[in-house]
Amino acid sequence: MSGNANWPAIAIFAAFVALTLAITAWAARRTKTRADFYAAGGSVSGFRNGLAIAGDYMSAASFLGISSQIFGVGYDGLIYSIGFLVGWPLILFLMAERLRNLGKYTFADVASFRFAQAPVRSFAAVSTLAVVLFYLIAQMVGAGQLITTLFGLNYLSAVIIVGTLMTLYVLFGGMIATTWVQIIKAVLLLGCATTMAFAVLLQFGFSPEALFARAVEVKTQLAASTGLAADAAATKGHAIMGPGTFLTDPVSAISFGMALMFGTAGLPHILMRFFTVPNAKQARTSVLWATGWIGYFYILTFIIGFGAIVLVSNNPAWVDASGALRSNNMAAIHLAQAIGGNLFLGFVSAVAFATILAVVAGLTLSGASAVSHDLYATVIKKGRANAAEELRVSRITVVALALLAIALGVAFQKVNVAFMVSLAFALAASGNFPVLILSLFWKGCTTRGVVAGGTVGVLLALVLTILSKSIWVDILGSAKAIFPFMSPTIFSMPAAFLTIWLVSRFDNSPRAAVDREGYLHQRIRAETGIGAAGASHH
Amino acid sequence: MAEQEDRAARYDEVLADPRYQKLVQRRGRFTWTLSIIMLVAYFGYIALVAFDKSLLARPIGGDVTSLGIPVGVGLILLAILLTGLYVRRANRDYDPLVDALRRGDKE
Repeated sequence: MSGNANWPAIAIFAAFVALTLAITAWAARRTKTRADFYAAGGSVSGFRNGLAIAGDYMSAASFLGISSQIFGVGYDGLIYSIGFLVGWPLILFLMAERLRNLGKYTFADVASFRFAQAPVRSFAAVSTLAVVLFYLIAQMVGAGQLITTLFGLNYLSAVIIVGTLMTLYVLFGGMIATTWVQIIKAVLLLGCATTMAFAVLLQFGFSPEALFARAVEVKTQLAASTGLAADAAATKGHAIMGPGTFLTDPVSAISFGMALMFGTAGLPHILMRFFTVPNAKQARTSVLWATGWIGYFYILTFIIGFGAIVLVSNNPAWVDASGALRSNNMAAIHLAQAIGGNLFLGFVSAVAFATILAVVAGLTLSGASAVSHDLYATVIKKGRANAAEELRVSRITVVALALLAIALGVAFQKVNVAFMVSLAFALAASGNFPVLILSLFWKGCTTRGVVAGGTVGVLLALVLTILSKSIWVDILGSAKAIFPFMSPTIFSMPAAFLTIWLVSRFDNSPRAAVDREGYLHQRIRAETGIGAAGASHH
Repeated sequence: MAEQEDRAARYDEVLADPRYQKLVQRRGRFTWTLSIIMLVAYFGYIALVAFDKSLLARPIGGDVTSLGIPVGVGLILLAILLTGLYVRRANRDYDPLVDALRRGDKE
């Protein structure tokens, strides 16, 4: 399929682009103030924000990556899905309402609430940009690969199209356009995944057991066809029903689990969505909807992956003799063609592309806000920037981030997308998450503690990742990894907590006294919303 | 400045209000309980993945379906259930308290 234009996909995608650009033009007329640009005026309802969060969070990496992983090795894909979901209850119980009550536009508003503004916001902005850039690279590379395969475009033009569209959405439509792009994408993706899972289950009389049994049969036949003895082939076939080689040593398994769960609660583009609702009650409602949609989506992905084992494995156009996919990550796409022919293939391809656009728009807006609202307005201008200047800086940053994302997308063309995503989660779990939790819940926390601990967490996560196999061996070509585990989080996250605690504990500066004294009032506002920024009305 | 002083006075009032103490205690106890349930369930599952993969791979009864499937899907449903429980409790019990505090009603 590679190299040939896929006309149904291109037509459906063009329709999506036309619709989203029309929404952007409409949103641009309503985007007048900073509150509109960063937070859609705080006027998004809980239900709509829940869908937008789902659209912001369910990336093409999860849809295509997890279903392809299940296609390849079975059960392991479910471990990923669960990790991506279980952070959400924690966000609800510990953070969502407090974020809404304390902050206005960025999570740094909350992290720096009672602390010295410049140092804490500088840390938050840098750590936001780090998370956003790694996540953005993953999405750009994924987009490039996907579009090359699906639409027959070359990699560079694919990356440029994504970069241009996300710039248009964010630059002119700000958070209002971004929200609607995410909502439309969530509805399309959920609709697609539901149709595919329904079609798969229909073939098996809605019996998951029948689906699993057939998948094991297919995998057993594949193993036997490579020359394995019957019982060895059966063992290999049954291996898809349990955890496999994905997390071999216990330390990596726990570390990886921590990165996914706590990283979710530290992703700046996700935390930012809680400032788009009018109050804490709507923030709460939005997490319930988001958790429901995302959980439902991951269950569908599991069915789709197993459906692909049954319906895609036997087609020599898509897989080689050993049953491995010819084009990486495309199991769900081939399944779409097996189920609904070229038209449905086109539809699913277009939705996968739309999925990437919605995620990169959210990431870009979050990165731009960190630069304009945290670095420029607070650190550089010391709170004396006017709103128009701040918005201008934000828009310049959007363009700069888009150019950077295109350049990095080209430079990192060969990088493993899943690895980049897990790195972004590890950084968020080791920096933003400990900083937010301790600033919200520990009175003794001080400016110096937060800055020192957050920095230690982020740097340690980065250094350990560089020393691990993925970079030290696979990219830098050394013989053996210095850091032997798959994920740094089991070390870097506790290191951040410990550093914040130690430094705060022995911080006797005059500022520390102010920091601690601010806790009581911060807590009242976090719990009740008294004094919180309200929704702006048009 | 006057606005800030007003707000500080308002916060001191809330702090002295027994309903605020009640709200913070109740909600704190409930949210930390739910958080711990989620943490234990998830890291219990991860511990099984880490230390006893064969248990999750064991077929249920005479079927192909392994124990890991209902456990995994159960975790996803648990996450949704816990968020639902919190939202229901917050809407029913905490919001009236918060509203009363915000309006500054006398008891």
